[in-house]
Amino acid sequence: MMRPLIEGKTLPVLIVSAALIIIWYCASIGMNWQRQIDTYNRTDVVGWSTSELLYDVLNQKKPLLPTPHQVAGEFWNTTIGQAVTSKRSLVYHGWITLSATLLGFVFGTLFGISLAVLIVHSAAMDRSLMPWIIASQTVPILAIAPMVVVVLNAVGVSGLIPKALISTYLSFFPVVVGMVKGLRSPEGIQLDLMHTYSASKFQTFWKLRWPTALPYLFTSMKIGVAASLVGAIVAELPAGGGSGLGARLLAGSYYGQTVQIWSALVTAALLAGALIFCVSAVERLTNLSMGARA
Amino acid sequence: MTRFQKALALGAGLLCLLALFLPYGRVDAAQSSILSFPAVLAFLMAGVISLARFRLTLSYVADGILAVAGAVVLMGSLAMIDLAAPGFWCVLIATWLFAWLFAERLSTGIAKGTTPNQAGFLVPAMFGTAILVVWEAVTRGGGVPTILLPAPSGIWDQLINSVPVLAADFYQTFIKAVLTGYVMGCAAGFAVAIAIDRSPFLKRGLLPLGNFVSALPLIGIAPIMVMWFGFDWQSKAAVVVVMTFFPMLVNTISGLNASGEMERDLMRTYASSYWQTLGKLRLPAAAPFIFNALKINSTLALIGAIVAEFFGTPIVGMGFRISSEIGKLNVEMVWAEIAVAALAGSAFYGVMALLERAVTFWHPSVRSGRA
Repeated sequence: MMRPLIEGKTLPVLIVSAALIIIWYCASIGMNWQRQIDTYNRTDVVGWSTSELLYDVLNQKKPLLPTPHQVAGEFWNTTIGQAVTSKRSLVYHGWITLSATLLGFVFGTLFGISLAVLIVHSAAMDRSLMPWIIASQTVPILAIAPMVVVVLNAVGVSGLIPKALISTYLSFFPVVVGMVKGLRSPEGIQLDLMHTYSASKFQTFWKLRWPTALPYLFTSMKIGVAASLVGAIVAELPAGGGSGLGARLLAGSYYGQTVQIWSALVTAALLAGALIFCVSAVERLTNLSMGARA
Repeated sequence: MTRFQKALALGAGLLCLLALFLPYGRVDAAQSSILSFPAVLAFLMAGVISLARFRLTLSYVADGILAVAGAVVLMGSLAMIDLAAPGFWCVLIATWLFAWLFAERLSTGIAKGTTPNQAGFLVPAMFGTAILVVWEAVTRGGGVPTILLPAPSGIWDQLINSVPVLAADFYQTFIKAVLTGYVMGCAAGFAVAIAIDRSPFLKRGLLPLGNFVSALPLIGIAPIMVMWFGFDWQSKAAVVVVMTFFPMLVNTISGLNASGEMERDLMRTYASSYWQTLGKLRLPAAAPFIFNALKINSTLALIGAIVAEFFGTPIVGMGFRISSEIGKLNVEMVWAEIAVAALAGSAFYGVMALLERAVTFWHPSVRSGRA
């Protein structure tokens, strides 16, 4: 019973996570300690005991580093404790970000797949597009996210589309690269077999190249969906008072609401985890329906 | 020529013929015919004559020359017209088709072996130039407002005129924040990977966590770092450290596991110590993974530093410039800054890729010449 736990990944991950939480507590005590003593001195609180100090340090209003239970409490209050439609609800902000992420991700994936199909079937496309697609990723494209949003706003396009555009740009790249590799992965012998069947280009694509490329597609999609979320969050930064997790981060940093920043971060992390999990689940279902062993 | 290439050639030739009868551009509120632009007229004639290829053979070089000539006359005529008319667009599309035809025929030639492989670089170069030409022609010829999309020439002028500002921003963001953070983050990731290498338990615990954290929107810690380390470059470097740490950690751990059981056994028969095995077998075997992380991180670092500057910065830096100039709707300056960032990012990536080729010269992906 214990052996698989120890030799598997579950127990090590749990123990390392627990260690990280303990380190987090120690760090927040270390970072907030001096400020609490300063507060005591300023407000003329005398005769505090060490346990009182410790309690206050762990529950400061605007700590330098909030403790895990503060973040969890804020997260709980702003998700379960608020109506979903409220502007203070993280579910509301999370949904805004998630919708832009998903829209951008879907467009990015479709765009990436079509580019990959073109590249695999045309030598000229391969030669002219591939170097630029790779170069496009060395460009810190997130830097223009605010500009795209502001400029599109100026011409009357606002809301979901500008954010989704950034997400599209970030998520198409892993898909193109992965799919080009995947669509090229059938071996010569398999392509020859299709040739002897006198299969058309489309049949070869649909019955050989596409199924072979699917594992590559899902791997790329996992990277793409994470990138897409980052894109949506950064695209929300210029919309200062607006909604979305990015706007929440910016507002938190303006007003020094560290707990709010951290709970927005936790929401983003949970979203990323959930998105990747969904892609993996679809991957597993596809594999099963294609006859892979569970 | 294939059927597709014939269609391209026919389309380009017919468009040239059509453009002869259309107004070319608007000059002083009146449509001006093609006859006022002798250079364009000459190009169109050549384009129409190229239709003779259906009777004679015409080298792909001729298509390349036609494409370049089309681009040159288009750019030259832009200064003479206020706004483009249908003829202009026909010439633009015909030029694009000639360039495409050139790329198609050149690629086919290389695939067949009739054209030397070294000419391959012409295709992406042509594509890049074509994008710039279309961008310039559409923005200036079509009268696109500068706010929406400035012309490349405008961006270039801005770039040349504000070199000192751009250089100061580059120094603040790239030299101070990005390089410092990159070196510290990569070194820390590498060191931690080596440190936990001897404990399989920690490795199994940290690898999934590290993988997960790499997928998180870590950029979000920027406001926290600005709060902790102040407005200057130190906070940006801290963001870069955190962003580059995890890819390096994960890749180094996987890389250290990459050497085969057989090679490790061999090292054991040599009675080599842990450190000898590490230095002579496992680190070299891990090099492709480590360079992969270095390349990923080169882009991440630049993004991290620029985005962190949106959360508060002294009045210098690439991210600061982008967000403040966009506030003034000075879009050309923003694009100039982006051009600098793109150049810096590509150069940084390129240096890492070159280093990789030099260090992992033994790797199959390098030996076959396609890295």
